[in-house]
Amino acid sequence: MQKIGVFVCWCGSNIAATVDVETVSDALAREPGVVFSTNYQYMCSQAGQDMIQEKIRELGLTGVVICSCSPRMHEATFRRACEKAGLNPYLVEIANIREQCSWIHKDKAVGTEKAIILGRAAIAKVQLNAPLTAGESPVTKRALVIGGGIAGIQTALDIAEAGFPVDIVEKKPTIGGKMTQIDKTFPTLDCAACILTPKMVDAAQNEKINIISYAQVEEVAGFVGNFSVKIRKRARFVDETKCTGCGLCTEKCPQKNVPNEFNQGLDNRRAIYIPFAQAVPKVATIDPNYCTMLKTGKCGVCSKVCTAGAIDYRQQDEIIQQEYGAIVAATGFEPISMEKFDEFAYSQSPDVVTSLEFERLMNAAGPTGGTLLRPSDGKHPHTLVFVQCVGSRCDGGEKGKPYCSKICCMYTAKHAMLTREKYPDTEVYVFYIDVRTPGKNFDEFYRRAVEEYGVHYVKGMVGKVAPENGKLKVQASDLLGGRQLHIDADMVVLAAAIEPDRSARPLATMLTASMDTNDFFTEAHPKLRPVESPTAGVFLSGACQGPKDIPETVAQAGAAAAKVIGLLSRDHLTCNPCVAESNELMCNGCSACEKVCPYGAITYIDKEFRGPNRTTLVRRVAQVNPAVCQGCGACTVACPSGAMDLKGFSNAQIMAEVDAICK
Amino acid sequence: MTYSYFPGCTLKTKGKDLDLWGRASMEALGIQLQELPQWQCCGAVYPQARDEIATKLSAVRALASARDQGRELVTLCSACHHVIKRVNGDMRSDETIRSRANAYLQLETPYGGETRVLHYLEVLRDAVGFEELKKRVVNPLTGRRIGAYYGCLLLRPSGEMGFDDPENPAILEDFIRAIGAEPVVYAMRNECCGGYTTLENKDYAARQAGKVLANALNCGAEELITACPLCLYNLQTNGGGALPVRYFTELLAQALGVKEGTA
Repeated sequence: MQKIGVFVCWCGSNIAATVDVETVSDALAREPGVVFSTNYQYMCSQAGQDMIQEKIRELGLTGVVICSCSPRMHEATFRRACEKAGLNPYLVEIANIREQCSWIHKDKAVGTEKAIILGRAAIAKVQLNAPLTAGESPVTKRALVIGGGIAGIQTALDIAEAGFPVDIVEKKPTIGGKMTQIDKTFPTLDCAACILTPKMVDAAQNEKINIISYAQVEEVAGFVGNFSVKIRKRARFVDETKCTGCGLCTEKCPQKNVPNEFNQGLDNRRAIYIPFAQAVPKVATIDPNYCTMLKTGKCGVCSKVCTAGAIDYRQQDEIIQQEYGAIVAATGFEPISMEKFDEFAYSQSPDVVTSLEFERLMNAAGPTGGTLLRPSDGKHPHTLVFVQCVGSRCDGGEKGKPYCSKICCMYTAKHAMLTREKYPDTEVYVFYIDVRTPGKNFDEFYRRAVEEYGVHYVKGMVGKVAPENGKLKVQASDLLGGRQLHIDADMVVLAAAIEPDRSARPLATMLTASMDTNDFFTEAHPKLRPVESPTAGVFLSGACQGPKDIPETVAQAGAAAAKVIGLLSRDHLTCNPCVAESNELMCNGCSACEKVCPYGAITYIDKEFRGPNRTTLVRRVAQVNPAVCQGCGACTVACPSGAMDLKGFSNAQIMAEVDAICK
Repeated sequence: MTYSYFPGCTLKTKGKDLDLWGRASMEALGIQLQELPQWQCCGAVYPQARDEIATKLSAVRALASARDQGRELVTLCSACHHVIKRVNGDMRSDETIRSRANAYLQLETPYGGETRVLHYLEVLRDAVGFEELKKRVVNPLTGRRIGAYYGCLLLRPSGEMGFDDPENPAILEDFIRAIGAEPVVYAMRNECCGGYTTLENKDYAARQAGKVLANALNCGAEELITACPLCLYNLQTNGGGALPVRYFTELLAQALGVKEGTA
């Protein structure tokens, strides 16, 4: 015989103002199986919890129903309290009479009636609850960071600092990411390389950090604490252990016409190359798309000049299989293609550049050695027009992105300011929709560009850039002046919107981590869990979660590391016992559940069953891995034979609730 | 292959060359353009007002007539194409316009946007194919540097016109390559020539046309081609004669050997 206790909470006036709690507890006292029913001002308080515990002990309650706030708020609190009194925590049910009742109703009579119904449903369910015991799974104390930009580096350094081993998988030949290409950083104008490259070296020298460069994640299996990851380390045709990074091969290679991605294609590199002087690891890589030896079998110059004997034309891709407890996505961003924005004549004139290209043109390690020269004729530009929001804040979605790329206002102010500082003979115009500079010392920075450096900020957009006779004829609107502007510019700089790196989408699929419509990773909660993915054990660092500047990226990278450290410092993880379970006697092996499972928790095995007349039957049946199952319930709906059920939310329990509500 | 063909008023009067050489060339390419019976002026300007139905009706008649013949409808004039294609989109997607237009017209079968509207250039690109066209050319216009002038109506709004990128189009450049000449890309090729203002503000029209021609000239073009009679008129008459401007069909006819001469 069930002995159920009902505890109705007032939540101060939150519930009591629109629900007559006295009537509710009286009504629920008359439900079958209920032996005790009461109400109290704050059930979650110590006094409230004590009362529940006392009644469990005194009356030997077999089930507890608490009519209160959302289970998201205090289910764990009440479960813990009941467990202390000797009741299995899964024999506690919450009827949400706050968020789903008192807060949304004004009429007290209606609210009271609904609260009674919700309480009745919970009582009906708890009658069928079975005690559940949470299992445990061990934690592999090693983290994987995918992406070796400033986000990934910072996360890895912080995790390593706590003593856990970390692997960084970077798809490029060097770590460092976009920040390596940046000249100076706002708002302090310190040199990006000077603050980044020491961190790259720290990462390389840290015993706990293993950098797997020129590699990509190919497969992810497993679950929080127990991920199993397959990494493909691409052949760089150079033995990393032998190469000293002397760079002789990169000078002698006869294939000179390979677009240099580090300089955004503004100059060329060789087929064998070290991306830049401070690369980590500082080893050469042969680009198989351009190497004459790899393509035709004739050349071999690099091999002849290499004194270390590091060149290996027969090197193969290497597959690394490794176990991890936690995975951090730090895949970063890319500027969008300017293909659809040819009103700015990007494809028509080399003097129309993106901001990242401009960054290289201003950088001492860039193609012009830091002197600002027009790409078309190598001359000094006098009039520069910066266009903000190219592809950002576009509605309609046919071209561009609906969101604000967030970093462009600040780097454009930086570019404009640096240009005016280095070349006082220039006229610099910035066209903007809005100037958005929230952030510590950010607005002051922008004001300085306007007030001290005399940059012409014009509210309005550029409509057309027409290259003609060595000039760029810019047609734009000045919205505040209410007039059209025609500027003959020498260079036009486009602040291209940023989008997630192309590798993010396939990675999200592998990780079963969710993404938004723009392919940014979604966080578990936009405010309260900003660095966790909704998939347990997967964390987010940097611009893969949304546009971010460097300070914000570093802050998020540290936060992600803290979450990883918290996870890896545990020896075991408690599993959620409310997982799917297959009744093997009813399962017909159809695979419907396996197909809908978003977590890959269901597998099939051939199992022997006892048949009639002492025979043995082998049948294919579903098996749920309770450590992987997240209890979403998709399989229980998909199962055509009713074999699949969710513990704690069984079909019978749900139906009992529905019956109680419809009674 | 036979298409229904809507020439439009201008092609019967001021713009005869566009029509004449367009038809002759298609015939040479083995494609029949069958002129719609009893067509009327398309309205010339697409009415932006949501409740303006009357000026859309003649376009609907042409569309319904092509539908009744079971053919795709080809147009050549940029303005006609613009109006007819957009009205067709309205008839397909806007319940109010569809029901009101049908209530006016009382067609035997109500029209709901079934006809596929194609520009002549799309037929060249997608049905003939520029590779195939290249093979059919007998008088390649080798060495001629030609700028394509798209104007404003042909490609925009791109969501509705949908046959090339309005900011970075390629269809006319590909056409120029196919007839053996060299395309000159210049920024003003897809800007308005100002032709619409020629009656009320001739100075403005002239200034705008001048900009287009100067930009083309400075980018190395020796002549321009267009598909729009109004652009041709404005560039020729108000533009100051900086560059010769012709209909693209005329050059097509020359390349195919349908029209004699080279200029």
